[in-house]
Amino acid sequence: MLENLRELYRYRELLFMFTYRDIRVRYKQSVMGLFWAVLMPILIVSAGIVVRYGYALASHRPLNMSDIADVAVKSLPWAFVVSSIRFSCNTLVANQNIVTKIYFPKEIFPLAAVLASFFDLVIASCAVILFLFVARVGWSLELLWIPFLLVTLVAMVFGMGMIVSAASLFFRDVKYIVEVFLTFGIFFTPVFYDVQMLGRRGEWLFINPIAPLLEGFSDCIIRHQAPDLPWLAYSLSCALTALLGGFVFFKHLEPAFAESI
Amino acid sequence: MCDIAVRMDHVYKKFHKGEIYDSLRDLIPALAGRLFRQTELDERDGREFWALQDLCFEVTRGEAFGIIGHNGAGKSTALKILSRIMRPTKGELLVNGRLSALIEVTAGFHPDLTGRENIFLHGAILGMSRREIQSKLDQIIAFSGIEDFVDTPVKRYSTGMFARLGFSVAAHVDPEVMIVDEVLSVGDYLFQAKCVERMKEVIRSGATVLFVSHNLKNISEFCNRCLMLEKGRSVTIGPAHEVVATYLQRYRQPLHGESGSGPVYISSIQIRGERGETTRFTSGDRLWIDVELIARAACAKLSVSPELTSECGEIIFETTTERLGCGNFSLEVGDSYRCTFEIRLNVITGNYHISALIYRHDTQTVYDECPAAATIYVNSPDDVRGIAHCFPKVTHQEVLRASEPIILAGEPEGDRACM
Repeated sequence: MLENLRELYRYRELLFMFTYRDIRVRYKQSVMGLFWAVLMPILIVSAGIVVRYGYALASHRPLNMSDIADVAVKSLPWAFVVSSIRFSCNTLVANQNIVTKIYFPKEIFPLAAVLASFFDLVIASCAVILFLFVARVGWSLELLWIPFLLVTLVAMVFGMGMIVSAASLFFRDVKYIVEVFLTFGIFFTPVFYDVQMLGRRGEWLFINPIAPLLEGFSDCIIRHQAPDLPWLAYSLSCALTALLGGFVFFKHLEPAFAESI
Repeated sequence: MCDIAVRMDHVYKKFHKGEIYDSLRDLIPALAGRLFRQTELDERDGREFWALQDLCFEVTRGEAFGIIGHNGAGKSTALKILSRIMRPTKGELLVNGRLSALIEVTAGFHPDLTGRENIFLHGAILGMSRREIQSKLDQIIAFSGIEDFVDTPVKRYSTGMFARLGFSVAAHVDPEVMIVDEVLSVGDYLFQAKCVERMKEVIRSGATVLFVSHNLKNISEFCNRCLMLEKGRSVTIGPAHEVVATYLQRYRQPLHGESGSGPVYISSIQIRGERGETTRFTSGDRLWIDVELIARAACAKLSVSPELTSECGEIIFETTTERLGCGNFSLEVGDSYRCTFEIRLNVITGNYHISALIYRHDTQTVYDECPAAATIYVNSPDDVRGIAHCFPKVTHQEVLRASEPIILAGEPEGDRACM
């Protein structure tokens, strides 16, 4: 295990090269360039606004700016989760000529996929920060939770990324299953709505380990309060399990990659 | 520290033939089926096959070691196991030092990135650090000879440029153990020569090189020792040129013998040297070729032609009994015929094939031929290059210093101007 980590560290430059390649390739030869990174969250936010508007009409409450800010703050991490998992799911198969020819720790592939998506998140965040500024959301010390929430999110996504990338190398239909989960996952994750909207039963949604993190972002950025600690601890333990389990799973299967792809 | 760079100890590798289940949709019914049948499907159907069996060899530090064998003999599997891309089914392997594999030199390239970006990417994949690549960047670009296009995306490159760039990056990794799998044959003739030079440089620098190639000339030129594989098993290990000669002899086309269809066939070809040797010769040695024919039907105006070809099949020398002034001959049913040629091996170091054919000059009919009936290794003690050994000697040498003007006696300037 420690040996594996040391090896991964030795290949850190390769990780940066792959991340750079993934980012570069995504924005090369595309007219909109970096705007792509913002477009996807804009679409999600617009969809969220429509949902929120419907909800406001039904509950006879006005739709205010903080609702929109709430949707915006939560859709970015969600877009990051979707794109990292979708991307890491394909990454080993897409790079099969490297996988079968050259030796290096292959977890670099899903990790680079996650980091490239993280780059998109950073670009899109700039747009959202601008928006939050205009919407006069204000700030507080609770913002210090953000790095912790991000690290937990990245750990969880990386863990899942390793699992789906290795699994889809052996079974190509894993990709379609993952795609279904990603498409409908948004309904089981509080992106367009708040957990409170569902009343007491809303707590059930926190079983989805991404939910407490998204609510955590909205808590510390919009509502200026600390996230729900017990549920956050739950998310963190899920993330660590995914990371550790994913790593062990990936490393266990890695020697068979070249002949099974 | 021991002197062993690479060791394979009773290595086995098993593969499965046929389709493996690559989707859950296929796997689940298959698993259910297996539950009921209770037997191990693979073993019963004989669907497994051994790509490598009981492979043992050691390569010492600084050695150049070749691996030869037919397609499917297990050469690439052996290299993949060495480079840790695959894990052996059984057996142990040991690799001392940083290993780099030149298996497919363009594998790491991304078509949308420019040449320069790809140098960094591919270099990183091969295990070079950024600083290392930066310091060798100019060298790599110069080697590939695509200076004008380094900032063009590689998808716009021609196939040759693409391969050249790939090789250039790979050739500038400084590993302790280098694995080269059939990558020297990229680019045009000039570039190939450059690749070969670079390989020699790597070998001279003291790196251990494992070399897989179908180009036997390269193998016998570079390698100290060589391993010959056949169906996953090692057949022989020894000095490279000997193993190459064994390989060539083992796989030469068998004599037609009785099965030949023509009216006359070559029943045997034997070679011998001055001291009775049959495989190793020295430049300038005499060699006798005994050819024996048997006629199934009556044939007229026959002549026999011996041939000496290089490893790549290029004809070095060829003649016929007729052209040598013996005229032609005729055979009746059941007759046999023998002749012996004496030739002198005025060739440089290398492996050569000896062939023979029977033909009739006026109708240009070839009745039987035995390509590469025997293979010999010729060693030349002199450092000469080319094809033929012309036994050169320096008979005169002098240096004319520019500082001491040459006086051309009896040749006034005026005379020369007239001419």
